[in-house]
Amino acid sequence: MNKSYTNIQTFLLVTLRILLGWYFLYEGIVKIANPDWSSFGYLMDSQGAFAGIFHAMAAKTNVVAVVDMLNKWGLTLIGLGLILGFLTQYALFFGMLLLIMYYCSHPPLASVAYLMPQEGSYLWVNKTLLEILTMAVLMVFPTGHIAGFDRFITKWTKK
Amino acid sequence: MKNDNSKKDHTSSKTETQKIGRRDIIKGLAAVPVLGAFSYAWSRKNNIDQTFRKQMREVVNLTSQPVELAPSVKDGKPIRIGIIGFGIRGKQLMRAAGFPEPSWIDEQIKAHAENKQNTNYQSYMEQEQLNIEVNGVCDIFSVYSKEAAIAASNVNREGTVGKMGKEPRQYKTYLELLDAPDIDAVIIATPDHWHSPMAIEAAKRGKHVYCEKPVSWTVPETYELVKVVKEKGVVFQLGHQGRQTESYTKAREAIEKGILGKVNLIEVCTNRNDPNGAWVYDIHPDASPSTIDWTQFLGQAPYHEFSLERFFRWRCWWDYSTGLNGDLLTHEYDALNQIMGLGIPGSVASSGGIYFFKDGRTVPDVLQVVMEFPKHELSFLYSATLASGRSRGKVIMGHDASMEISDRLVIKAEAESTQYKKKIEEGLIDPNTPIYSFTPGKKGADGFATATEQYFASRGLLYTYRNGKRVDTTHLHIKEWLNCIRAGVQPSCNIDQAFQEGISAHMSTKALLENRRVFWDADKQEIV
Repeated sequence: MNKSYTNIQTFLLVTLRILLGWYFLYEGIVKIANPDWSSFGYLMDSQGAFAGIFHAMAAKTNVVAVVDMLNKWGLTLIGLGLILGFLTQYALFFGMLLLIMYYCSHPPLASVAYLMPQEGSYLWVNKTLLEILTMAVLMVFPTGHIAGFDRFITKWTKK
Repeated sequence: MKNDNSKKDHTSSKTETQKIGRRDIIKGLAAVPVLGAFSYAWSRKNNIDQTFRKQMREVVNLTSQPVELAPSVKDGKPIRIGIIGFGIRGKQLMRAAGFPEPSWIDEQIKAHAENKQNTNYQSYMEQEQLNIEVNGVCDIFSVYSKEAAIAASNVNREGTVGKMGKEPRQYKTYLELLDAPDIDAVIIATPDHWHSPMAIEAAKRGKHVYCEKPVSWTVPETYELVKVVKEKGVVFQLGHQGRQTESYTKAREAIEKGILGKVNLIEVCTNRNDPNGAWVYDIHPDASPSTIDWTQFLGQAPYHEFSLERFFRWRCWWDYSTGLNGDLLTHEYDALNQIMGLGIPGSVASSGGIYFFKDGRTVPDVLQVVMEFPKHELSFLYSATLASGRSRGKVIMGHDASMEISDRLVIKAEAESTQYKKKIEEGLIDPNTPIYSFTPGKKGADGFATATEQYFASRGLLYTYRNGKRVDTTHLHIKEWLNCIRAGVQPSCNIDQAFQEGISAHMSTKALLENRRVFWDADKQEIV
C-alpha cells in the first residue's frame, strides 16, 4: 500500500472505480427489481468450449435459482463495494470472476452467433474482456484506501 | 507512474496512521454521494417505466386467464376407453392420455441420457394421470394393434423392462369394439374417410367420442353426425388441441375489447418443407396383405388394389384424405373460429396444385383458400406450401392495430389508427413497437417483456420450457373431454364447432376441385 499517485491519477482511478461500480450496481438492481428475470435464457444461449457446462446448469431448475441469486446479489454487492470503496479488492476479485464466467459463456469467437442482440461488433475482444482487464488494473492500482471505506479499515487494522 | 512521496497525502503513509481524522472521514466517505445520485437516477427511471406501463395498461388491458379445468376425479370411477387407430396420431393421443408405448419411454430416457437438456421424459412423467382405463383397441394393421394393446397395458408409464398391466382386448373391427359393454368412450384416430362413419356408430351406441380432425370426409355424413350426436347427447370433442393454447384466449379477449379496431383481413399459413410434413411417411417393414385388412381400410373409399403407399401415406390421396383443407387449414380455421367466432364463410374460392411432391399424389402440395365472411365484413386468407419452410404467423389485421399469434401474441398499433391517434401524437404509442406482447407461462405477465426477453421467447428459449414444464395441449384437450363426460357438459370443440369446421373445409375442397367460388346458403344450411 505504498503507492502514491498524482492528483489526476487518483481522480481518474477513483472515478473509473465508481463508474464501474455504478454499472455493476444497476445491472444487479434491475435484475432484483424484475421478478421475471432469470439467467436461464443467457445460459441456454452459451456458445463455445464451455457451452456444455452452462447448458447443464440451465437444465437444472435449482441450479438456475442459485445462479440467479448469485448474479442479482453478486452484481449489486460488487457494485456497492466499488462505489463505496469498501472491501474493494474483494469486490474486484469477485467481479472479475463473474465477468470471466460471462466471457466463457459468450466468447466472441469468429464462428458463433448469439440470440442476444449485441450493440457492437466483437471479435475475440469484447466489452466483458475489457472490463476484466479494467478491474485487473484497478486491483493493481488500488484506491479504496485513498477514497473509500477501506481507508478506515486500513487505519483500524494498523492500530 | 510513481510519484514522489512529498506529494500530498494521497497515500496512507506511515507517519499518519492510527488516528482517523476529519480528512480521513471526508475521503473515506467521498463516494457516498454517488449512491444518492444513483438512487435519484434509479427512482426517475422507475417512475418513467411505471408511468409508461400504467398508460399502456389503459390502452391494452388483457386479463383473461385460460380456463382452469377442474382437476380430474381421482377416486371416482375410471372412464373406460377404446382406441380406434394406432398410427402416428393414435400413438400421440394415447401418450397424451397417459399410455405411452414402452419403446417410446426407452427413447425418451435415452435422449435425456445423451442430452441433459432434453427433459421430455421428465415433463411427460409429470403429466397428470386422467383416471381412465383402456379396455379395447382396434387397428386393422396387426402390428399396430399389438402395439396399441401393449401401450394400453403400460399403466405405470415404464420402458420395455417395466412391469405392464393387463392387456386390453384387440378388436378386429371397430363395430365389435363399439359394441363392447366395458367401453364408455372412444378415441378415433383413423384416416379421414373413416372419421364420421365411426363417430356416428359410436354415438348411436351412446359412446362418447373424441374424434381427430377433420370431422368428416363427405358433406352428407357431416349432417348425419351432428344429428346423431345431438339426439344421443354424447360428449363429442373434435381433435383441435389448439383450443387449449393460452395465447388464443388472450387473442379472443383482445378482439372482444376492440383493441384491433375493425378487423378486415386475416392471414393464416402452413409452411413445411420435409417429406414427413408432406405426409410421405415410412412404410412399416412388416406390412403386407396378410397383416393389413385392406377391405376394411377402403371402407367407403373407391376400390383400389392393395397398396402399401396408400395405406401408410393415405393423406396424399383424395380417396381417403381431405388434403391440406381438412388436415391443416382446419387447424388455422378452428383457431380463428375460437378467437373470433367466425362461423361458416359466406363464400370460398381456392386454387393450388401439385408443384413439388410429384409422387403420384392427388392432393395439392401448394394451396390458397380465400374465405369471405360478409357477416363479419372480413376476408380470411389461407396460404400453404409443403415445400418451403419460411414461417409466416397468424396475423389478424384491424384498422387500429394488428395482432400476430404464434406461441406468443404480439399487438402493434397502426400508424394511421383512429382509436390511437391521440396517443400516437403524444408519443405514448410507437407503431413500431408492440403495445402488447404475451408469452405463455410468464408469471405476472403484464405484456411488457424486455427486448432481450422477447428475443429469447420468440425462439422458444424462455418461458415455454422454463422449469422444464411444457404442457402438451393434446393432453389438455383429452382432459377437457374426459372432465366434460364426468360433468355431463359439452367441451370447447363440440359438435357445433365441428360442423362449422367440417363445412368450411368441404367448401374449400369443393371450390378447388370444381374450380369455382362456392357459397353457403345459411337459410337452407347447405353448400351451393
